[in-house]
Amino acid sequence: MEAMIQAHGLRKRFGATVALDGLDLAVPAGSILGVLGPNGAGKTTAVRILTTLATPDEGSARVAGFDVVREAESVRRSIGVTAQDATVDEVLSGRQNLVMIGRLSGLRRRDAHARAIELLAQFELTESGDRMVKEYSGGMRRRLDLAAGLVTRPPVLFLDEPTTGLDPTSRVRMWSVIRDLVGEGATLLLTTQYLDEADELADRIVVIDHGRAISEGTAAQLKSETGGARLEVTLTDAHAGAASTLAPYVTGTIHPSHDGLRLRAPVRSEPGLATRIVRALDDAGITVDDVQVHQPSLDDVFFALTGHAAELDADNAEAAA
Amino acid sequence: MRRRLRDVSVLTVRNLVHIRREPLQLSDVTVQPVLFTLLFTYVFGAGIVLPHHGSYNAFAIAGLLALNLTTSSMGTAVGLSTDLSSGVIDRFRSLPLWRPSVLVGRSLADLLTAMLCSTIVALSGVVIGWRPERGVLHMLAGFALFLFFSYAISWYCACLGILSKGPESAQGLGLIVLFPLAFVSNAMVPTQHMPVVLRFIADWNPVSAVTAAARQLWGNPNPSATIAAWPMQHPVTASLVWSIALLAIFAPVAALLYTRRTTD
Repeated sequence: MEAMIQAHGLRKRFGATVALDGLDLAVPAGSILGVLGPNGAGKTTAVRILTTLATPDEGSARVAGFDVVREAESVRRSIGVTAQDATVDEVLSGRQNLVMIGRLSGLRRRDAHARAIELLAQFELTESGDRMVKEYSGGMRRRLDLAAGLVTRPPVLFLDEPTTGLDPTSRVRMWSVIRDLVGEGATLLLTTQYLDEADELADRIVVIDHGRAISEGTAAQLKSETGGARLEVTLTDAHAGAASTLAPYVTGTIHPSHDGLRLRAPVRSEPGLATRIVRALDDAGITVDDVQVHQPSLDDVFFALTGHAAELDADNAEAAA
Repeated sequence: MRRRLRDVSVLTVRNLVHIRREPLQLSDVTVQPVLFTLLFTYVFGAGIVLPHHGSYNAFAIAGLLALNLTTSSMGTAVGLSTDLSSGVIDRFRSLPLWRPSVLVGRSLADLLTAMLCSTIVALSGVVIGWRPERGVLHMLAGFALFLFFSYAISWYCACLGILSKGPESAQGLGLIVLFPLAFVSNAMVPTQHMPVVLRFIADWNPVSAVTAAARQLWGNPNPSATIAAWPMQHPVTASLVWSIALLAIFAPVAALLYTRRTTD
C-alpha cells in the first residue's frame, strides 16, 4: 500500500542556510509519524513543503497521492494543518474562525455552522466560542488551531509542534485529543522537540538533524539501538571490591564517582537484574543504599545520535527552520 | 465561478468584521470625516475666499470626500500587511481557496467602508449647508466616480501593504505617499494661487480630477473650471481615465507582488 505521506530527497535552502538536506519520509495510512529534532533541524520547513506552503529546491513529495508542487490544489483539499505559529484569526471569535475555514474549504453555510458547533464541543471551547480569539489562553488557541485543521475531516493531518509553549496540563489534554484523531483513522505527521511527546504519540519516529533523517524506528527500537539501560549503584561506604563484583553484570566500562560511593555502568535490561546485583554485593560484604536500573529516555537516544542535546534554548532557534 | 465568488465574499465579510472591531480603522471612516468637515469648514473655511465668492462649505464637501477616501485607503495597506505578517496567511494558503480572493476580498471590504465614509461626509455636508444641486442622477454619478477612484487607489495601497514589512511601516509609507496626493490638489483650496510647480502638479493630480468632476456633477462651486489644463476642462473623463489607469497598473502589480511575497 502506498504511503499517505511520502518525501524523497527534499532539499531546501534559505540563502546560506540549508534547511533540508535530502530528507526522506514515508508515513503509511492510519499511522502517526513523529518527526523529532531540535530547533533549526528543518522540521517546520519539511511541514511547509508537504503542506504546499513552500516549494522544495530539489526532491519531490506526495501527500494523499498528489504531488505537492504540481497538484497543490488537490493536496490542499486532503490535508489539515496546525502550524507552529497560531494561524487562527485573532480578531474573529473561535466560531467565526471555524465557519470561515469551513466556507473557504467548500462547505455550505449550514454545514460550516454545524461543523463549527461540533468542533467547539469536541475541543471544549463551546463556552468561549463567541469570544474573540485574542482573549483565549495559549492552550485554547492551540486547541482552536487544531480544530481549524479538522473542519473538513481531512484524511491527512500535519501538526507542527502542537504543544510547544503549553503548560503541562494543556499538553496532556492536547495529547489525548491527538490520540482520538488517529482512532478515527487519520494519517498524521507530528513534529516535536519534546522526546516524551514523540514517545507518547508516535507509532514511528524519525530523528532529524541538520535537515536530514539520521535515524528511524519505533521508540523501543531507537532506545535499544543506542545501548540499552544504565545501572546506578550507591554504596553506604566506599569499597575497593565493588567494581569487580559488578563487572559480570554490566556491558561496558564502570564509572565510579570521585568519592567512590556511586558507580555507573551500561547494562542490558532484564528482569531481576537489580535483585541479583544487590545479592552479589551483599555476598561480597558490600552494603548498598540504592540500586537503580534506568531505562533509556529518548533524550539519551537523541544525545547518542546527534552528539548534542535535543532542546536548545529558544534564542538559538532559527525561525525559518 | 461560484466558488470564487464565495471565497471573495467570505473574506470580504471577514475583513469587515476586522474593521468593525479595530477602533482605529473604524474611526478613520467614521469620526475622522466628521472631524475633517468641521475643521476645514469652520477653521480654514473662514479664511479662504473662493473666486466669484462661492460658498466654501458647498465647495469643500467634494474635497473632503477626496481627502477622506484617499487617506483612509491606507487601511488597505495596513490590513493586508497585518495579515501577511501574521500566521493567518498560512492558513489561507493551505486552504483550497481561489488565490486572488485574499486581495479581492480586501479591496471589496475597503470599497464598502469607503461607501460608509462617503455617506458620513455627505451627511455632515448636508448639516453645514451643502446640497447636490443637479438632481439625484448627477449626485449618484459624483459618488460613483469617487468610489471608483477610491477602489483604484486601494489597489495601489495593496502594493504598499505587500511591500512593507509590517502594519506600522505600511502606515508610515501610506502617510508619506497619500497625504501629498490628497493635499497637493484642488480638494481644499482653489489651485489658482499655488506656486507654478505645485499648481501644475495639482492640476494633473488624479485627486483634483475626481474632485472637480464631482463639483461639476453636483453643481457646486468649481474654480478649476477656469483652468486650461486638460483634466480640469474634462474632469469626468479625466477621473475615469485616471481610475482605469491606476487599476490597470496596480491590480496586476499587487497580484504579482502578493505571489512573490507568499512564495518560498
